[in-house]
This record gives sequence, structure tokens and C-alpha cells, in this order.
Amino acid sequence: MKIVLSHLTKTFPGRGRGNRKKEDVIAVNDFNFEIPDGKLVGLLGPSGCGKSTTLHLICGLQNPTEGQIFFDEEDVTPLTPQKRGVGMVFQNYALYPHLNVEQNIRFPLENLKGSDKLSREEMHARVTEAAGLVQIDNLLDRKPSELSGGQQQRVAIARALVKLPRVLLLDEPLSNLDARLRLQTREEIRRIQQKTAITTVFVTHDQDEAMSISDLIVVMKDGLVQQIGKPQEVYDNPANLFVAKFLGTPPINLFKGRVEKGSLFLGEEAVLKLKQVPDQPVHVGIRPEGFILAENGSFTCRLSRPEVMGRDVSIVSTHPASLNPVIRSIVDAESCGHLSGDTVRFMLKPQKVFLFDQATGQRISFETD
Amino acid sequence: MTRLRDSGFHLKLTDHNSYMQKLCKSDICRLFPDLYKRFGMESLMEKQNNKGWLYLLPAILFLGAFLIYPLIDVFIYSFEEGYNSASQTFYGIGGYNYSYVLHDAYFLQALKNTFILVIITVPLSTGLALLISVALSSIKPLQELFQTVFFLPYVTNTLAVGLVFMILFKKTPYSDGLVNLLIHCFGGSSVDFIEGPYWAKMFVLCFYTVWVVMPFKILILTSALAGVNPVYYNAARVDGTGRIRMFLKITLPMISPMLFYLVITGFIGAFKAYSDAVALFGTNLNAAGMNTIVGYVYDMLYRDSGGYPSYASAAAIILFSIVLTITCINLLVSKKHVHYH
Repeated sequence: MKIVLSHLTKTFPGRGRGNRKKEDVIAVNDFNFEIPDGKLVGLLGPSGCGKSTTLHLICGLQNPTEGQIFFDEEDVTPLTPQKRGVGMVFQNYALYPHLNVEQNIRFPLENLKGSDKLSREEMHARVTEAAGLVQIDNLLDRKPSELSGGQQQRVAIARALVKLPRVLLLDEPLSNLDARLRLQTREEIRRIQQKTAITTVFVTHDQDEAMSISDLIVVMKDGLVQQIGKPQEVYDNPANLFVAKFLGTPPINLFKGRVEKGSLFLGEEAVLKLKQVPDQPVHVGIRPEGFILAENGSFTCRLSRPEVMGRDVSIVSTHPASLNPVIRSIVDAESCGHLSGDTVRFMLKPQKVFLFDQATGQRISFETD
Repeated sequence: MTRLRDSGFHLKLTDHNSYMQKLCKSDICRLFPDLYKRFGMESLMEKQNNKGWLYLLPAILFLGAFLIYPLIDVFIYSFEEGYNSASQTFYGIGGYNYSYVLHDAYFLQALKNTFILVIITVPLSTGLALLISVALSSIKPLQELFQTVFFLPYVTNTLAVGLVFMILFKKTPYSDGLVNLLIHCFGGSSVDFIEGPYWAKMFVLCFYTVWVVMPFKILILTSALAGVNPVYYNAARVDGTGRIRMFLKITLPMISPMLFYLVITGFIGAFKAYSDAVALFGTNLNAAGMNTIVGYVYDMLYRDSGGYPSYASAAAIILFSIVLTITCINLLVSKKHVHYH
């Protein structure tokens, strides 16, 4: 099932009172996107960026102010949630506390009417199948309160899958789990999605989560789509400063720099030769893995301390042109044996250096020799 | 009811106390073995224990003097035959008081009235309150206004309202009340609801009781309904749940603890009905045939120069056992249908 969002816009009326102006809040602003069939798509963005609203619009719990939603060729915009055939997993799972796991999973099936109505045996078979898929077949007679967070989430997924939805929607599926379980569960979600091949959209504010399991990610900010692409592409080729900042751990290092006579200057040092970039002040983003330790490197920083992480070493340093309090660079453990003194010199990998317009934050592409 | 709750409270408190003691004692022993021996922590613990009882003393004294002692006393009175409160004498001990009360036509009438009242008003008032609360919580504009309107009866005086009901339903040789005028409008013949046939009087009593107890139930149920997390409704909507099924399968179980609370207190309240009947039919309830068990107890104590505390006690104990039985049945039924989360 392909999902097409066409000029999707959702505004909420402003809450201003008295003389204050009531300005509408634009939660989702002109969202255009085609989600290919059978893919896992992550909506990513900071809180309040409209990603959950987008999910609710696809689900049908909220109606768009403008624009349309298509499932394949069918316009589902005017349809209620139940007629869209979507399965939804809520952030806090919304398992009915008074029903046990089996009853919870069976609940959507009992709603079916008319020709879709299932016999008791069919329902049981479907419930068993869904429970088996998420590996909770041994918990069927428990109450939700007797389950761990991860198990509750599996139940919620089973409940969403049991009615064989055309689209599966997950709202912050991992935010209520602890770190270890989160890793495990995101693999689980990936596995279930691959197995069922249901087009799946999930919302998250955690870029690790989105990057690790999505086929495509959509980065949003203030209701506007910033960039859509495969996780690696978006990471390697951020469209603007926001996307570059939002993706990556440790985060990207930002500098104030300028382009002058075909060279990129950070402070007084020319660190890269550039082609075809007019002279201008720029914001410079350098990924932590974009630094190479070199004794004759062109970029000199004041060394604070190396942080040993085992496989890699994270070198913490400072530089007057840096916009962050410290610069973090990740280098191989072997290459930094000779680290001493209070300065450290780097060469930069050009493909890990991004230039952004200082006013608009848009990416300025460049080529090196 | 109060007593049951209080004993539960004590139990919990003492449990907690002893747990704390065990914990403290073992911890202190382990951490400071010398200290423990030297300063005689054992006696300190004893002191702590006594202190706990000291804190409880005011409550125990009050409850003992004004709740437990009278209860026991009533129980004893009910077995003392021919007790005279003036001379503080009685002839003997036995079950005669019970036998007299149970064979008294007035008591049987009161028993019947009370049961009819309970059986009709408790389900009716709870059901209506639920209906109104659901309607209230599903409207947005003027919700607060309606809430206030529905709650008003709760703050009005029972006797004053009874008077108004009497005027509404009354029929005299010269004039009809509003209700009778309405009946005329629809082509019926007027009925005297206050001094007329039994069913008419019972109707007014039930109507009045439902009207009086409903505001509180509406208040409780609207807040219970507001407390249900809307995410459950969203989940149900996505799953295509119909409105009725949503109400039966989600809303009802979610508010079932409150509903159960209302049913229990409703039963107890209705069994203890008295002032409502007085407000409508005056103090001579036996003559009106509208007496209730509590009314019977009161009559035995004070009416016709009173003087039958033993019969009154026996009736009170019978009422107590009825209420206790019903409450126990309620509790048993609730085990299956009430969901505490």
C-alpha cells in the first residue's frame, strides 16, 4: 500500500485571549510525500515539529485543514479511522487495563461487522497468529499491568496487526522503554515490518532510532519537511544546517568561517581548498569523523583531553571559531599515540565538511581539487 | 461502613509499623552493632511502639466511646426483654424483642416499603445519573452551567424540597397540584399522591428519593468519566469500535470502581431512608403506611411517649444485618465486575 500525502496542512486555532492576537498554529505545513509500498518510514524531528500530527492525519484521528491523503489511488481524506484500515500503536500503548492480553488483541476483531464478521475459531486463529508474530503467545492470559514495558508494546503491535491493516502507524514506539530494550525492540519492529511487508510509518524524536531501522526518513521542523531520503543519504548530504545538526551522535561540530579566494578559512587558517564558491561568510559543519590527526595538518585546535572509548578515541578540543563550547573529533585509537602538548592539528576530510549559508542555513555545495 | 473502613486503616498502619520496626532494627543491628548493644536500642524500639499507640489514642477513644460502645450497647439492648430506660431494669434475656418486631405489622410494612424503595431507586438513580453524566461529558458548550444546575438539588434542604414535592403532587377537595393538572391535560383523572393509594405514595417517595440522591452521583460520575484517558477512545476509534460497544467495553469498566462505590453507598443510604418520607408524608408514617425501618426505630424510641428501646434496638440490629448482607453480596459481585487499575 502506497501512501501519498498531497499538500497536507493542519492548523490549530490560536489560544490567544482578550486583546492578544489569535494566531493559528500551523502544525503541518504543505507536506508532500509519497511513501512507497512496504517501506518503513521514520518521521523525525524535535518535539512540536508536527510529526505526531502528521501521523494522526494519516490515521484519521485528526482531519487536515487542507490537502489530501491517498492510500494507493483511493482518497481516504474524508474517511474515519476505522474505514481507512490502519493499525496504530500509541505512545503509551493504550492497552485496555481491564482486558487480558488475548482480549486486548481480539478487541479489533470483535468490532468487525457484516460480511467481515469472524467466527470464534477464526478470531482465535488470528489472535494466535498475531501473538506468535510478536512472540507473546505465552502471555495471553495476563493483564497489561502484569507485563513489562517491552511486552506491553508487543501486545500493542499485535493488536494493531491482528486486523491486517493496510498501513501500520507507530507513535514514538520506543520512548517508554529503557536503553537496552530500545535496541532490542527496534530490531523487533524492523523484523515484524519486513515479515508482514505492511507500509509502516513511525514517529520518533530520536535520530538513532530513525536512522537504524528506517528505509526512508523524513526530517521535520516547525511543521515543514526539511529533508526526505535514505538515512545514510540524509546523513551524508544534509540539505540544511538544521538537518546537519539534528542527525549524528556525537553531534556535528559547527564553526563560523568564511570563503576567501577559493579557500575555506576557520579563524586565520585556510583549512580546505574550494572550487566555484564565491567569497562569503559561512557556517561550517564538520562531522566528528571528518578529522584526521596530522602533525602538519592545516587546522590547529587547543587540546582539552582525549576521551578513550575503546575502539575509538574522542578528542575534545577548543577553537575560537567554534560555535559549540568544545569540538569533538573521533579518530582511531592507534593514530593518537603521539598526542601531547596543548595543541592538536587535524586535516579534514572534504566529504565530511558542509558549508551553509549564514542567513538561510541552506547548504552550499562545493568541490575540492 | 465507617467501622469497616477504620479497622482496615488500623490494620494497614500496624502492618506498616511492624515492617518499619523490623527494617530499622535489623539495619541498625547490622550497621552499628556496638551502638545497638550499648544504648539498648531494644527499649527504644519498645518506646517507638508505645508512641505509635499514643498517636492512635485520640481516634481510638473517640471511636470507642461514640461508635463501638453504642453499637455493642444496642446489641445488648436488643436481647434484654422489657427493658425500662427510666428504671434501668429488665425482666430477662432472650429473643422476644426480635420475635415481637418481626411479627409487628408496622415493622413488616416498613420493611416492605424500604425494600421497594431500595430496589427501585438505587438502580434507577445510578442509571439515570450515568446517562446524564455521559450526556454532560459529551457536550462542550454550557457544560459547566448544566453541571451546576444538576448539582443544585444537593445543596438544597431536604425538608424544603419535600414541601415543594408535596405541593406539586397534592390534591385537595378544592385544588389540584401541578402534577394533577398535567394529568388532567392528558385526559387522566386526578390522583392524590400524598394521601391517596399506596402505589401513588410510593411513586412520589421513589421519585423524590431519586431526585435527591442523583446530584451527588452525577458529580462523582462526571469526574470519573473525565478521568478516563482519551487515548483509549482514540485506540478504540482506530479499531472501528461502535459507540455503544465503546461505552460498554471501555467506559464502563474504566469507571466501574466509582460506579460500584455509588451502588454500595446508594444501597446503604436507601436502607436508611427516613427524612424523605417525613418530608412528604409528615411524622405519622405508620398511619400513612409509608414508614421505613429507620422510621420504625425512631417511632419505637420516641413516638407515643416512646419507651420501647429494646424493640428499637432489635429493629436496628435487623437493619444492620440486612445492610451488612447486601454489602457483602455487593462486594462479592464486584470482585468479578469492578476493575481497579
